[in-house]
Amino acid sequence: MSPRPRPPGFDVDALLKDPELRVIVTCGSGGVGKTTTAAALGLRAAEQGRRVVVLTIDPARRLAQSLGLVELDNTPRAVAGIDGDGALLAMMLDMKRTFDEVVLANAAPDKAQQILANPFYQSLSASFAGTQEYMAMEKLSQLRQQLVEHGDWDLIVVDTPPSRSALDFLDAPQRLSRFLDGRMIRLLTAPARAGGKAYLKVVSASFAVFTRVLNKILGNDLLANVSAFVASLETMFGGFRERAEQTYQLLKAPGTAFVVVASPEPDALREASFFVERLQQESMPLAGVVLNRMHRAAADLGGQRALEAAERLAGLAERSPAAQLAADALQVHAESAESARQDRLMVARFGAAHPDVAQREVPALPTDVHDLAGLRAVGQALATI
Amino acid sequence: MPRLHVVTGKGGTGKTTVAGALALALAATSARVLLVEVEGRQGLAQLFDTPPLPYAETRLAAASRGEVIGLAVDAEAAMLEYLEMFYNLKRAGSVLRKMGAIDFVTTIAPGLRDVLLTGKVKEAVTRTGRDGHLVFDAVVLDAPPTGRIVPFLQATHEVAGLTKIGPIHRQSIGVTDLLHSDRTQVHLVTLLEEMPVQETMDAAADLRAAGYRIGRVLVNRARPVLVSNARPDPKLLAEGLGLAGLDPALAPALVSEVTDYAARQDVQTRAEAELAGVGAPVVRLPELSPIDLGALYELAEQLDVPTWTRA
Repeated sequence: MSPRPRPPGFDVDALLKDPELRVIVTCGSGGVGKTTTAAALGLRAAEQGRRVVVLTIDPARRLAQSLGLVELDNTPRAVAGIDGDGALLAMMLDMKRTFDEVVLANAAPDKAQQILANPFYQSLSASFAGTQEYMAMEKLSQLRQQLVEHGDWDLIVVDTPPSRSALDFLDAPQRLSRFLDGRMIRLLTAPARAGGKAYLKVVSASFAVFTRVLNKILGNDLLANVSAFVASLETMFGGFRERAEQTYQLLKAPGTAFVVVASPEPDALREASFFVERLQQESMPLAGVVLNRMHRAAADLGGQRALEAAERLAGLAERSPAAQLAADALQVHAESAESARQDRLMVARFGAAHPDVAQREVPALPTDVHDLAGLRAVGQALATI
Repeated sequence: MPRLHVVTGKGGTGKTTVAGALALALAATSARVLLVEVEGRQGLAQLFDTPPLPYAETRLAAASRGEVIGLAVDAEAAMLEYLEMFYNLKRAGSVLRKMGAIDFVTTIAPGLRDVLLTGKVKEAVTRTGRDGHLVFDAVVLDAPPTGRIVPFLQATHEVAGLTKIGPIHRQSIGVTDLLHSDRTQVHLVTLLEEMPVQETMDAAADLRAAGYRIGRVLVNRARPVLVSNARPDPKLLAEGLGLAGLDPALAPALVSEVTDYAARQDVQTRAEAELAGVGAPVVRLPELSPIDLGALYELAEQLDVPTWTRA
């Protein structure tokens, strides 16, 4: 059998040192250490002299504290305790405030106030499935623009929201703009126009019933609010579509790098595979995959052999503290070696499916990261070849 | 014994796996169990290694005295069912679907999707056959993750406030009653790690505040307690390795493994102590890999469901 092609190593330091690099997007399913990876990459780049902004979406409380993020104020704040001449800024996304900013920037002042006061807008900006993704991308565009205009930072690391599907953030901006511009919304808000023209009678008839049902289910005000919202948004439609397109182009542009994060679990790797394939399909610049939380066994000894030896020692254990100690340690080793073997197996399968994608393994840490020293250690592990 | 088991947990904790194991365990005691997924991920098909489930009840597995039927609920299909049931709108429904109307509605009112999904679950829980008996002895719901579980369960309650009369009002009252009754329990799946435990504590408090009953805390992928001495003496260890006929030079590497394992074990112990604060019985499930059907049956056995009624 010919040897399987091994995926190349992912050289994190080479990526961070690339002066053309402007944006890193970390993505992956929930619970794989995506936010920690984003923060560790940001810290490492900063300590190598870059001026970095890390945009996080929903960080764990203690990780947020380690970055000095105590409140959600939608503005990058300097993180204290960075070694060297670089700088690290961090911010947490405030979804609603970002949406408000988009409205204020794109509509005339009186229109903007009408929109902000509309109850449908308020629920859309706070809870629309995809708003978080859209606003993360919107914030990224803003930070990118500030980078060009003010030069306060030269690298943006953005963490993607823990979506139900890891791909949502790629699609959400377009989905939202499609929604706001869609024929359904036009039909609902101007039924007379549609009924007279393109649609068959059956459509208008059932549509009338449908609207009635909707009003019953959703309450009479909602459709009226949607209608008013859309009317006041008319002027912004172009804006939304254009911005969604710009964000998409920004993600594809040179200077952007995607880093996919996964842990050696079937679900996480399945999501990572979807992600890798999707990024390749869209010609998005995928820098590499981080395989996080890999269990490793330090001692070079088979798990089965360790178990057998532990059993042999069990008979002696009562009389010999040395035998007892060794039997316990061998049990631990057997457990660690088995976890390591399983992880290797999972990762080997992933590598065989994506032989051309650079990979970097990061060992599982015994405890969670909640300070800069911990992030530094993760950064070190990410860069260790 | 509750009839509806809602299984939630932080992403990555193995919620779907545990829901599958619970369904198998219940099937072993109570015959017909419906296992429902609502997030459109086809997680059940992957878990039971079957082709993607259609929107129809499909047999997934047989247990000693019963069976597990799977159902992937799709909001759009549930909406059409709804329109047909209450408004006799079947034909119009398919036209509306072609126009993207249903996608639109579930978009402008995200809560509506949850209303449709919980409505379908309630229908399954209360469905009776021709003989007047309940069709399912138990229903296990692989629910949205902890971060979304309260809004998900509450969606119908919120809608009930909007519509004062008519079939949808009656339906939403029915769902709210079922979810808040002792026929429903919410089980929380977690790992013995800091963040999942934190989310479990938060979710338990939020669920209780909203009037839901917590069933079990299901600890997944728990590792056995193996270390009593976190810093073993390398010399003594080398001597012991010699007794086993192994190379004593392995000692330093083994010491570092033991120290690492002890640190993890500490995290687990602290996490377990914290979980006791939920005030619900905790069930520990071992780490099994890979998760295949055999592993699922083993997890089902570990759940020890027959003892649950005594709690």
